[in-house]
Amino acid sequence: MAIRVYIPTPYRELTAGLGHVTADGETIGALIADLDRRYPGLGDRICDAAVVRDHVNVFVNGLEMRSLRNEATPLREGDEVAFIPALAGG
Amino acid sequence: MIEITQAHRDEIVAHAREDAPNECCGLLFGKSTLAERLQRMENVEHSPLNYRVDSRQLFEAFDAMDRIGLELIGIYHSHTHSPAFPSRTDISLAGYPDAHYLIVSLAKPEQPDLRAFKIINGKVSEEEVVVR
Repeated sequence: MAIRVYIPTPYRELTAGLGHVTADGETIGALIADLDRRYPGLGDRICDAAVVRDHVNVFVNGLEMRSLRNEATPLREGDEVAFIPALAGG
Repeated sequence: MIEITQAHRDEIVAHAREDAPNECCGLLFGKSTLAERLQRMENVEHSPLNYRVDSRQLFEAFDAMDRIGLELIGIYHSHTHSPAFPSRTDISLAGYPDAHYLIVSLAKPEQPDLRAFKIINGKVSEEEVVVR
């Protein structure tokens, strides 16, 4: 099952500079695990012990996963997932 | 080093003045260290002490710029009263180590001070702002 994934610039050093990759997963959690297999180290940037880090937003077709089912959010063929680290300061 | 145009600099200062007393924020897109586009963003905190860009708006901006081959190279925000140097909050929340963090200080309102920094793993290093 091919899911199109947007990789933000801070993570592209792990994807050979690619901003868009394809991965598999029936849920967001499974997708992240697959991404980590394909691009070692990427899982750790996104998650801490399989939970997406607080400062990382995950969008599935434009909807943030925390308004869906978090890491258990189901994915379908053709879905688009984007990882967006928070941009904030003071 | 980051290169911006005079128009970019003027826009950053104007944005800071318009949003005062709250902090303003925005993005610079380009290639390598050369800024081509500046995009004002909404500070959804609406605060004189903090700024945050809505992540969905952020994704839309990244996506639009990706389609025309431009990358995020800078993030700017204002310090309405404190110096143009990363605060502890800036350092702890810096999630884009590849971008330059530009800070404009309005501590002296008639002399806005614009400086740039890299913030990588909690370490701050100043970078030159070259205005073309």
